[in-house]
This record gives sequence, structure tokens and C-alpha cells, in this order.
Amino acid sequence: MNAAVLVFPGSNRERDVVRALKAGSGQEPKLVWHAETELPAGTDLVVLPGGFSYGDYLRCGAIAARAPIMDAVRAHAARGGLVLGICNGFQILVEAGLLPGILTRNANLRFICHLQHLKVERADTAFTRAYQPGQTIEVCVAHGEGNYFADAETLARLEGDGRVAFRYCDAEGNVGGDANRNGSLNDIAGIYSEKLNVLGMMPHPENLIDAAVGGTDGAKLFAGLAQAA
Amino acid sequence: MPTSEPAITPELVAAHGLKPDEYERILKLIGREPSFTELGIFSAMWNEHCSYKSSKIWLKTLPTSGPRVIQGPGENAGVVDIGDGEAVVFKMESHNHPSFIEPYQGAATGVGGILRDVFTMGARPVAALNALRFGSPEHPRTRHLVSGVVAGVGGYGNSFGVPTVGGLVGFHSRYDGNILVNAMAVGLAKADGIFYAKATGVGLPVVYLGSKTGRDGIHGATMASAEFDESSEEKRPTVQVGDPFAEKLLLEACLELMASGAVVAIQDMGAAGLTCSAVEMGAKGDLGIRLDLENVPTREEGMTAYEMMLSESQERMLMVLHPEKEDVARAIFTKWGLDFAVVGHTTDDLRFKVYLNGELKADLPIKELGDEAPEYDRPWTETPRQQQVAVANVDAPCDTREALLTLMGSAELSSRRWVWEQYDHIILGDTVQKPGGDAAVIRVEGGRKGLAFTADVTPRYCEADPFEGGKQAVAEAWRNLTAVGATPLAVTDNLNFGNPERPEIMGQLVGCIKGIGEACRALDFPVVSGNVSLYNETQGRAILPTPTIGAVGLLDDVAKSATLAFKREGEAVLLIGDSKGWLGRSCWLWLVAGREEGAPPPVDLAAEKRNGDFVRSMISAGVATAVHDVSDGGLLVAVAEMALAGRIGARLDGAHPGAPAHGYFFGEDQGRYLVTVPEDRAGMVIDAASAAGVTATRIGTTGGDRLIPGDEAPILLNELRESHEGWFPRYMAGPAIDAAPAD
Repeated sequence: MNAAVLVFPGSNRERDVVRALKAGSGQEPKLVWHAETELPAGTDLVVLPGGFSYGDYLRCGAIAARAPIMDAVRAHAARGGLVLGICNGFQILVEAGLLPGILTRNANLRFICHLQHLKVERADTAFTRAYQPGQTIEVCVAHGEGNYFADAETLARLEGDGRVAFRYCDAEGNVGGDANRNGSLNDIAGIYSEKLNVLGMMPHPENLIDAAVGGTDGAKLFAGLAQAA
Repeated sequence: MPTSEPAITPELVAAHGLKPDEYERILKLIGREPSFTELGIFSAMWNEHCSYKSSKIWLKTLPTSGPRVIQGPGENAGVVDIGDGEAVVFKMESHNHPSFIEPYQGAATGVGGILRDVFTMGARPVAALNALRFGSPEHPRTRHLVSGVVAGVGGYGNSFGVPTVGGLVGFHSRYDGNILVNAMAVGLAKADGIFYAKATGVGLPVVYLGSKTGRDGIHGATMASAEFDESSEEKRPTVQVGDPFAEKLLLEACLELMASGAVVAIQDMGAAGLTCSAVEMGAKGDLGIRLDLENVPTREEGMTAYEMMLSESQERMLMVLHPEKEDVARAIFTKWGLDFAVVGHTTDDLRFKVYLNGELKADLPIKELGDEAPEYDRPWTETPRQQQVAVANVDAPCDTREALLTLMGSAELSSRRWVWEQYDHIILGDTVQKPGGDAAVIRVEGGRKGLAFTADVTPRYCEADPFEGGKQAVAEAWRNLTAVGATPLAVTDNLNFGNPERPEIMGQLVGCIKGIGEACRALDFPVVSGNVSLYNETQGRAILPTPTIGAVGLLDDVAKSATLAFKREGEAVLLIGDSKGWLGRSCWLWLVAGREEGAPPPVDLAAEKRNGDFVRSMISAGVATAVHDVSDGGLLVAVAEMALAGRIGARLDGAHPGAPAHGYFFGEDQGRYLVTVPEDRAGMVIDAASAAGVTATRIGTTGGDRLIPGDEAPILLNELRESHEGWFPRYMAGPAIDAAPAD
């Protein structure tokens, strides 16, 4: 699998996701600077990593969404190429119009970092093929603005089209309630594009790839991608 | 000099924090009246914060070398060899005064400053810790300060991208007027790839990198060298504003630049900004420096030389570069969108010359600026010895169950989850033990090797007996590292005290430094970096003496690191170390009996070492299933923390017949650990301990959903958890307090 990891000024989890991609596929991904205008030839997967692009001093992801490389990402997505945005990457995809809705301040108005269970809604996409449908996995979150919001019509469309990728749940798989700590509508932790080739998610699967460091549930996302691409 | 600059009057000198005799010293040194800019430079170089003039003669008594020490105090951070060609680089530094005035920015720039100290040495930051001390929870300003400081620490570290893996939060009314924000950063570097401030070579470009210079933070270091009074609120403009985004870019650009081989010397612009960094690079290298200030990137029009020399704008670096690599360096900084400007060059005349548009604004002897700074052997008085509190003379106001619930749900001992969940402690993917344990543990770049970190001190002990308190701070940090299985390597100390011009405060500083030195020598635990913060005092009321000890340990294999959670039911609970039921200055005496009195528990350093080495050997042999050091709150609090973390209860033996239960369960005797081992190994471990000269006592068995302290009333874990986890969120959700302070 040929993966390209975008680096914006202020990205800070690019090294984490590089490690996860390498562990999942055995292949070293390429780092692509935001000022580039083309992706490396043969790119299968584009990853927008976590961080605080441009300091997130405007709306999170708003400036990065207008970076020179983003036209190439849009073209890649339009061709059906795989795109994964994690945390700030999800915020950028939303700002870039590649995914619907927005991410606003967490309901408690604070940054939160903790282990988090997710329900895998479907296991037939390039991203989730190594999981079971309905499976509960444990990853982590680390964000200040992960509160997913979309208008009722958009939400209905996402739900109707099976485009919700992950929902916040507890260890037993019960969705929502106290397990949804950022206040996201419909307990949404991640969503797909219409063709299921673009995934944006707030939690960090790339930090849960090793038993010595909290768990391995995130590793399957990268292993699955390696098989898919 | 232009006439627009103010005349040098005694009032102006005093406003610069310089005493009349210090000004005399300046006159003698330069043989004439200083210019306004020069006066500013002297005030920056000779204030307490930068010159350590009150503490230097005592700091020299600390042990600072060891077989693994690559760089001790005197550089931006300490450097210790961790084998395999790798080195750990770390330091702790205070940002107390600014954080009280403007909690978010004060704390944020404290984190930024210490991260910069670490990457200036060529290290990539891999962990951050902090030690925070606030006033009484009932003080009208405390909640606002906690909220702002925690958000500021998180705001900077999270955006910069370093995991904040540990620390401590304490409350005491003695911090009502002066909170403490001590930030520690740890980085990794190649042992042969460390960068220093010492410049070499004449005629080389001095290059300014990073953010632009503004008027913020002028006289910040001078403010940090004075007591607070009623007008301190007006000092808000001296607090800098942090930009973690710029710092992240600066990190990447600096590491890229260092890898290019262009860097001769580097110094970050921290306290007293351009002044301190330029003087340091020149003085250390026996070189002069000439600065041409019109080339300094500024974000405001019409800045004077005085303002540029004293600005504490953040996220800036000064470097001396190899001239032939200047273009390479410029390209790297342009790529990262940062300013790059040649602002001067090195000279051979040992003068510090500052020009603005060709006009000479300062011309001072560069070595003497640092070397000739005043150094004081201030008078000090020994802190009076406190009486021991005999356990037989203290009646318990309640039973063991109620006392435990009170302690576990107190401001002092309750869970800090509300705090550390606001810190990204997972980023970089190497956090093996997150906040909440005895020490944080990270892997070294995904490998087997690990590093453990802690920050600790018990100010109420230091207040009662500075020498024993200083010892205890070091011993406890050493114990925390030992409890996760790490071999303690070295220490960074952050000494926070009141006004050293008062002999009793100076006595606290002297006593604590002596105690720290004694413990560091006994435990082979050298001090490799540190920071002193004095004048933490408002209207004559000083903080508790607080010598925070940050410490780093090494693990050969992170898979073997021990955690405090009980692992299985039916395991033997062993207490390592001797218990006399020492209640003086204990949390129980303070929070349950309402008495802050008595001598603190003494630390027997020989026993400390024996006990710790034994515990570490059991962890390394894989015998110990859970380990926790016994500290604040004593034995039963430690058991409760292990039980809550493992969601497994325990049945404990009571005190010896005739011995009071509160002494046994809540005494704070030092050098102790709790260890669980499988039932069938208990006898073997006790025998091995005995052979090593270590006291190991079987005190109970894990299991069930409650703690059963001897024949007293049991405590359900659920009840305990509610009490322990409840305090912080409940406190912070309390009624909003008027932003205007009552006093």
C-alpha cells in the first residue's frame, strides 16, 4: 500500500500515524508537505494526521483546508482514492467539503484525553474490514473540538446511507450516554463520504497499536487498509 | 546618547530592581554612568531570576556529576547518558509570578519556555510534567487559577505535541497569594549530538530565529525577582503571550537546522530575551558580541534598543552559524515560515556592543556582565526544631473508615483525573504508564527501553524541617521511580521560596538545599539542572518552602515496569520498610485531626536505599505483581489507591495490640512500599528481604469489593471511588466566582 501522510504546519501526530501505517502494511509511507501541489505517483491512501494545523487559531482545519495540496487530495478522493482524516485531519476534511457537518467545542468546553470505546458500525469498508460489524473497540481521544454537528437533513442522510463509521460507546457496547463525552450528535465519532472512500474520525486508532501502550484495537484499521489498497 | 532617554536617577535605578550598592558596583565596573539601555541590560542580567545571586553559593554544594552525566547545571538543560548512544535531556522551571497574574498565558509560556530549553540542546521533547500549587480551595481566586493554569498547561503542550505524562497538584492557604507553576520537559537526543550555548570563532553571524519581537514581557524576569504587593495586578502587561504553533515550527526548523551541520552555538531567548542569550553565547565562548538591532524582526513600529533588549516575546532563538551554511539555514527557516535575520556577529574584543541604526546604545564588558553579578551570602537562621507528635497523645476524632473516606475525598489526596484528562498524555504513542501512577513511563522511540519520570515534594514537611523535607523530596522522587521498576538516574530541582532577604526564609532555602544534597549523595542521584524562584511572597506572607524535585529513571525493558493496581484476588500484600506510626505533619493529622504541627517523618537514607534496591530487584525478577510507594496519607491510603486502580479490595490485619489504629494506618513513616506477590511466593520474598536487611511484613490479602481494615468497619470500593473521584469535578463545577478578586 502506498500511503501519503500530509504535513501541515502544526501537524503533530504525523509520526504516530507513520508508525501505525508501517506496522500495518510493512511499507514506509511518504510525508507530503502542505505546499506541494501533487501527491506522489501511485498513492493509494492519503492520511491527514492529527495536530493543530496553523495553530487552529481560526476555526479548526479552516486554513489547512485551503492549503495547496488539498486540490490534489480532492482529485484523489473524486477518483475513488482512499482518504483518512484523524482528529485535526477530520476537521480539515469537513472544512474542505470532503465530508459534511462540522466539529465544534466539546460540550464541557475543555480539551479531553482518555481511552474511549467505539462501536464499529459496519465492517465492509476499506477502513474497517478487519473488524466485525457491531464490534466494540478501544482507542483514545485527544481533542478540544470533537463535538460533531450537522443539520437534521444531513444527519438523516448519513444515517440512512450507512455512513456513520464509529459511535462512542461504553465497554459493554452501549452507545451514547456518559460514553459520549464531547456531545456529538447521534454519538458520532466518525463518518464516511458517499462512496465510503473518505473516512473522518475524531479518535486516534494510531495510538492504540501496541499492547505495551494501552492496547492493539487501533492496529486493525491500518492492517485492514493494507489489505484493501 | 539621545536626550529622549530618561535620566539615570536613584528612582529609575530602584525601579529596575537594582539596590544602591549594586548600582555602585555597576559604576565601578564600567567607570561611568550607564546609558538607559545599559541600565536595562544590567537589571536583566543581575536580577535574582537570571543571576541566582542569593542561591548560588548554596547551589554549588549540590552533587552534579556522575558516571552517566554528560552535562550538569549551567546549560539550558541537564543531559544524562541512557546507553546505546542515546541521552535524555531535561529540566524543570517555574513560571509562578506570571501564572498568578494571568493564569492561562503564564502557565502556557512556562511550558513553552521549558520545552525550548530542551530542544535548544538538540533534543526532541518526548514528555512533559508539571507541579502545581494553589491556594486554599476556599479562597475566592483559587478556582479561577486552577481552571486557567490547567487549560494553559494543556493548551500549550497539546498543540505543541508533547505528551504531558505526570505531575502533581496541591492546595494550601499559604499559596493563596502566590501560586506555583513548575513545568518540566524531557527530550531525547543522540549522546554525541548535543548543542550548547558556547560560541566559537570570530566574525561569525549571530542569527535571530523564530517569532518577531514585540513589547511583551519587558521586565518579566525583574517582576519574578520581587514580592507581590497590591499593585501586582498592574503587571499584567509584563506577562508574555504564548504561541505553541510557532514553537512547534521552531522545534522542527531547529532540529532540521542542527542536522544540517550549520549550528555553532544556540541559545533560546527566555527570561530577559535577547540580552541574556547574546551575553551567554559570547561569555561562554570568550568572545565579544556586536548586535545591530535594526535587523531584529519586530512586530511593532518604533521599538527602542531598550525595549528590544528586554522584550520577553516568546518562541525566539539566537544562534551562531557557520557562515558558509547561512543560505541552507535561511532556506530551512523560510520553509517553516519563520523569521531569519542576521542581527550581529561575534568579535574578539570581549565587549557586548549594541547598535541601533549605527548609534551605539550599549558597550559593556561581556564576561563581567555575568561573572561580576552580585553574589550574596545572605544571613540565615535555622528553622526551629519542632516537637515530635507522640501518637499516644493524639486522639482519633473518628474511626478508620471515616478517616479514610475523608482523606481520599480531600482536596489534597483526591483523584487528579479532572486535571490530567485535559492534557494529551497519549501522543507520540509511547506512553506506557499514564498519569495516576507513582511515576510515568514512556518507551524510548518504540523500543524496549523505557524512561520513568516523576515530580514530587512535600512542602508541609519542608516548612517544619527544611533539612528533613529536602531529603524527603529527593527520597520520594527516588522511591516513585523505584516503584515502577526504574533505576533512578538524575534530578532537576525547582526551588520555590519566599523573600531570601529575610533570614528565616533564607534558612529554609539553606536547609532544603543541604537536605537535597545529602539525599542526592546517598542515593547516587546527581542534580543536573534546576531553577530557583524566590520572592514568592505577598505582603510579608511567604509560600511554604517548596523545592520541587523532578527526576528521571531508566528501565531496560518497559514490559517489566510495575504498576500500582492490584492484579489478582488472593495475593499477599507485603509492606516493605519499618513503621513507627509517625503522625507529625501527616495528612491525617492535618486533614482529619485539623492540626498542622510536629516534626515531619525523618528519612533514613541507608534504609531508603536498601528498601528501594530490594523492591526494584523484585520487580525486575517478575515476582512483584503490584507496587506502590507509601507516602501522603500513609498505609491505608496507599492500599486504597491500589485497590481502586485494580478494582479489587483487600482484607488487612489491624495494628499490633495496644498500638493505635490511626498511627498504623495513617502514619507517614518514610522508605516504605506496598508490594503484592502471589500467595505461594510470600514466604520466599519475606526471607529474601530479611537476608537483604529489609523489613518485609505480610499485612493482608487482596480480594473482594471492599477494604477491611482489621476488625474495623469495612469500606466499599464504590463508596471510596465516589469520594476519591468526586472532589475535583465537584469543586470545579462550583459556583462561578467574581473575576475581581476580593482582596
